[in-house]
Amino acid sequence: MSAPMVTAENVHKSFGHVEVLKGIDLEVRTGQVFCVLGPSGSGKSTLLRCINHLERIDAGRLSVDGQLVGYRERSGKLYELNENEVADQRRDIGMVFQRFNLFAHMTALQNVMLAPMDVRRLPKAEVREHAMQLLGRVGLADQAQKYPSQLSGGQQQRVAIARALAMKPKLMLFDEPTSALDPELVGEVLDVMRDLAASGMTMIVVTHEIAFAREVGDHLVFMDSGVVVEQGAPRDVLSNPQHKRTQTFLSKVL
Amino acid sequence: MSGLPAPTDAKTPIRAIPVRHWGQQVSGVIVLAALVAFIYAVATNENLDWSIIAANLFGPTILSGLWVTISLTVLSLIIGAALGVTVAVMRLSPNRVLNSVAGGYIWAFRGTPVLVQLLLWFNLALFFPRLGLGEFSLDTNTVITAFVAALLGLGLNEGAYMAEIVRGGILSVDHGQSEAAMALGMRRRSTMFKIVLPQAMRVIIPPMGNELITMLKMTSLVTVIAAPDLLNRAQVISSRNFYIFELLIVASIWYLALTTISTLIQMRLEKRFARGVAGVAPRRRRILLNLKPGRVTSPVITPGDRPVVYAKGGAGS
Repeated sequence: MSAPMVTAENVHKSFGHVEVLKGIDLEVRTGQVFCVLGPSGSGKSTLLRCINHLERIDAGRLSVDGQLVGYRERSGKLYELNENEVADQRRDIGMVFQRFNLFAHMTALQNVMLAPMDVRRLPKAEVREHAMQLLGRVGLADQAQKYPSQLSGGQQQRVAIARALAMKPKLMLFDEPTSALDPELVGEVLDVMRDLAASGMTMIVVTHEIAFAREVGDHLVFMDSGVVVEQGAPRDVLSNPQHKRTQTFLSKVL
Repeated sequence: MSGLPAPTDAKTPIRAIPVRHWGQQVSGVIVLAALVAFIYAVATNENLDWSIIAANLFGPTILSGLWVTISLTVLSLIIGAALGVTVAVMRLSPNRVLNSVAGGYIWAFRGTPVLVQLLLWFNLALFFPRLGLGEFSLDTNTVITAFVAALLGLGLNEGAYMAEIVRGGILSVDHGQSEAAMALGMRRRSTMFKIVLPQAMRVIIPPMGNELITMLKMTSLVTVIAAPDLLNRAQVISSRNFYIFELLIVASIWYLALTTISTLIQMRLEKRFARGVAGVAPRRRRILLNLKPGRVTSPVITPGDRPVVYAKGGAGS
């Protein structure tokens, strides 16, 4: 068994009076492709956003690579990290959004180059070379000078993946990366993710792509109403769901 | 030629008698007649001495006032824009002190008439006779000249309005943009200056044209503190020769000329920024280049774009 990359213990999160996460316990191991499945509103996106502290958890413990997310523990006391320390924690965690969120005023290449230069302060020539490599890896070397609005959804999402990879993250978070795409564009994004999984990247993937979870996933979690209903090897959970809610959900999407 | 026209005839232009707009034609004649009557009345009015207007329109006193008006407008706008960006960013900061200071500034400077603010600055010596500490202090009246008071009054007032324009621009940028930057580990400052503000410019720039026009006219208020602007110079001349109406017309002609040029600038800006988000960056660069003084045309012109003159209108003298 490899070392744990993400550990969640009894994680709670509420928005106002609505409790979105009601005590989540999880362990994501290094190199694992960890898929999260569930109906909308089940809290799966919120969980993902808590992992890089885009949302703050209300109770429980959440750590990435042995470090508490958003807090520092010293002699039994928790100290909240300041804004810049939180930013520093996020450097090593890549995130891919449902709506791509590419910087609209920058070319594909500039999108990929920005963070390594701004955050890691690496020299421009080196960053550019690495960025071109990454764009090549996602099959978009010839689109480097295009603006996001000139690219298809699938191409935009592939640039977004390259942008996240440019920071050389140890963990990648995917928040429904194919949900905003036309059906014929889903495949090209999943291909890139498959390739990334094969390279040994630790990935947490919130998705509705059952086939991807079955084929690429190492572990699958089914969430509903803020709790983990069941989890296990994707093949087992998908073909032989134990819980009633999982069965109902799968019968609707399969 | 028989029966229904074949579908291939669709290219033949339709020949029909157009709708007659009788109301428009009749009212047009009435308005035109009224205009002619007005021009005749003005041109033949013995109480108006046209030679005075002609003599003063390009006279050195008026031109010096024109220069003061233009420099006051441009400098106040620059102060206003710089303050506006700073205050807008402060207003949106989670830091409660910065947030409250910005809110208080906007509240005070938007909540009092600019005329009152001008008088307050001009009379600052009544409140603080000396500025500075101990030995390093100066007589307030030597520091706050009429021009400086005018600049402070107009610039600080403009800053409050500009802050709201900039804040609106910042809020118009999709939250996903700053979230993506945060997820990459970028700090708040970088995110604001490299991601959010450049995209907010699309929304911020067009109303700035409007502010330019407003500011041009607002500078005439500085007459009350005897700053030597266009209106003030016109009044100085008329206090000597008593041709009050003629000199007000001279000032009006210049204000109209300046606002016309500003309107043209504003129309260009709005046209450019009304287009889709596509290629925002090169366009932004073009506009920034065009805003440089003396810059005549844009370096990157896509087919269909016409060269635009920006800077000459606002800064010409």
